[in-house]
Amino acid sequence: MLSITHYLVLSLALFTIGVIGVVTRRNVIIILMSIELILNAVNINLVAFSRLFGDVSGQVFAIFIITDAAAEAAIGLGIIIAFFRNRETVLADEMDLLKW
Amino acid sequence: MLLFGKRLSNAIVSAICVGSVAISFIYAAGAVSGLMGLPESGRFVQVILFDWVPAGAMHTTAGGLMRFDVPWGLMLDPLNSVMVLVVTGVGLLIHIYSVGYMGHEGGYYRFFGYLNLFMFSMLTLVLANNMLLMFVGWEGVGLCSYLLIGFYFQRKSASDAGKKAFIVNRVGDAGFLLGLFLTLGTLGTINFHEIGPALAAGHFALGAPVMTAIALLLFVGATGKSAQIPLYIWLPDAMEGPTPVSALIHAATMVTAGVYMVTRMNAIYQLSPTAMDVVAVIGAATAIFAASMGLVQNDIKRVLAYSTISQLGYMFLALGVGAFTAGIFHLMTHAFFKALLFLGSGSVIHAMSGEQDMRKMGALWNKIPTTSRTFMVATLAIAGIPPFAGFFSKDSILGAAYERSPMLWAVGWVTAGMTAFYMFRLVNMTFFGQSRVEHDVEHHIHESPSSMTIPLIILAALSFVGGWIGWPELLGGSDRFAHFLQPVMGPRALEITTEAEKASRGANTIEYLLMLASVLMALTGIALAYRWYITNTDAPERFAARMGGLYRLVVHKYYVDEIYDALFVNRTKDLGTALGAFDRGVVDGAGVNGVGLLTRVVSRISMWWDRWIVDGLVNVSARIVWAFSYPMRLVQTGYVSGYALLIVVGLIALLGYYLHLVRLPVH
Repeated sequence: MLSITHYLVLSLALFTIGVIGVVTRRNVIIILMSIELILNAVNINLVAFSRLFGDVSGQVFAIFIITDAAAEAAIGLGIIIAFFRNRETVLADEMDLLKW
Repeated sequence: MLLFGKRLSNAIVSAICVGSVAISFIYAAGAVSGLMGLPESGRFVQVILFDWVPAGAMHTTAGGLMRFDVPWGLMLDPLNSVMVLVVTGVGLLIHIYSVGYMGHEGGYYRFFGYLNLFMFSMLTLVLANNMLLMFVGWEGVGLCSYLLIGFYFQRKSASDAGKKAFIVNRVGDAGFLLGLFLTLGTLGTINFHEIGPALAAGHFALGAPVMTAIALLLFVGATGKSAQIPLYIWLPDAMEGPTPVSALIHAATMVTAGVYMVTRMNAIYQLSPTAMDVVAVIGAATAIFAASMGLVQNDIKRVLAYSTISQLGYMFLALGVGAFTAGIFHLMTHAFFKALLFLGSGSVIHAMSGEQDMRKMGALWNKIPTTSRTFMVATLAIAGIPPFAGFFSKDSILGAAYERSPMLWAVGWVTAGMTAFYMFRLVNMTFFGQSRVEHDVEHHIHESPSSMTIPLIILAALSFVGGWIGWPELLGGSDRFAHFLQPVMGPRALEITTEAEKASRGANTIEYLLMLASVLMALTGIALAYRWYITNTDAPERFAARMGGLYRLVVHKYYVDEIYDALFVNRTKDLGTALGAFDRGVVDGAGVNGVGLLTRVVSRISMWWDRWIVDGLVNVSARIVWAFSYPMRLVQTGYVSGYALLIVVGLIALLGYYLHLVRLPVH
């Protein structure tokens, strides 16, 4: 019925949506959310393979990634807030201070 | 003495200096008598004080291998003993005389210091056992001559005379040194007693050019030291020095160094007839040339100076014809009577309160009796009147000269006449005739103190008997002098030919005739002097007026000094000026200033290089970096999404690459 392939396709789809979101969206908060999507896609992938091979280390690694994603989101939001306080914008194409 | 003597009193200076010479004389006498005790063939004593120049082996041009080693060595042999006795003996008498003569002069300690230094140098010269040590003494006496001639250095004429003496001497010394080097190169040794064996070993032919060269070069040195043509010009000027200096250095000792040296090297001279001829001719020429100038001098010391040059000419004439012992014999007798003449003239000058011009003297015979009588003894000796000393020595020279060449004899004979004439001219003008003395001088005329007269008396005695040691065999004597010196002379020396040999050649008659001729010539000179200076006193001026140009020529000493000035002295000064201009113009101008200019030019170039090229390179490299970096910069958009896109693109590329590698099976 549900083979590994289904889970992988799901993971791929979520990953792709996440990547497109990172590349395309203007609002940095949306970019952050997309990054979370990528990470979760990877999680599904890991759990699926763990279920397939009966090895629990895949699931352990997924827990690590969840923790890491949480920290990363926190910091990312912190940076955005600091930037917003300075530049009054959350739009990516207006963040060109490192331009030559 | 020279360093510390200033504080010493005259008495102490005299005691030290005269005492040291007296001790030297006693030692010399002792040494010579010790030498006489040795058998005739073995009369040679040597003392090596230390190894002076230990140099090692060297090759000679003659092909041998000799050990070159110069010791500071002294020796004594018959030739030396004559010299050392004359030097110390006459030197002692002159030192004693100087105590009286220089007693009132300033610089007393300086005088005696120099005089003692001279004695040291002269004794080193005479006692040396090799040419190099002899040269040390040679230079030393030249130095002392300079110091003593210029003793009254505040007088420009005196200091000039001192310089002249030393410089002319040095010219001669150059010749001596070259001769020394040539001897060393050819024979490999400069020790006098090794030269004989070296010559024998080298098998030098009679008349070998190298021997002639050595002989002539050494003779150049002798002309400088012993005032022969062409280097005699310093001796008349040397009369600027105090009279004892003239007596010691320029009559008895230093000027005889040349004669001694040639005699010492007689082995080499005898191998070169050409050189011997040169020596004889120059000796004879100098004798007559100087005598001619002595005829017309008015300064008492100048007459004696030219007389010295003339007598030295006789000595070289003797050496040149091979009569080496006759030359040394005359050296000895000349030392006696010439020293006496100079000291006597000093006594006269002392009595005349410093007057030296004979035209202002006269009728002093009874006023200064000891001086005048001893002076007369010396004059008779120099004129060659028997039985005084000068007769024997001069006669042996003339006899030998006749055997070699009647022409040379004639020159010597005429000179003898001139000698007698000018000496008696001197005596007549000074001691006899009318008194032409200036009034204020006349009151002070007094005989000299005994420190001055006693040496005069001793020298007079020697001038009388000194020749007897060489009393010729012809007149019944044994000529012990010649026999004494024989071992030193080479195989070809002229002296000892037996009476039988001579008789077979009819030479005896000739010798008697020659002796007679000499005496007659001397008497002629005396007679003429008597007529001109005692009886017909206006005759000289008339003769001089008649001779006109010739007289002027002689009075001006043939203008030799002026010629030398124009040829050498002024040319040397010109060279100095030219070199000075060169130094200023070229060395300072082009050299120093030029180098400065060059440095500035170089620094300009350097600056340009630095600015344009070095800095340029730096700038170019910076531009290259900029050129590369510019495109790179454009990547930095600062645009976050753009960065994110690049990440994704890169990710896909890597993924594709790895998938390609792995070749995922498709199922």
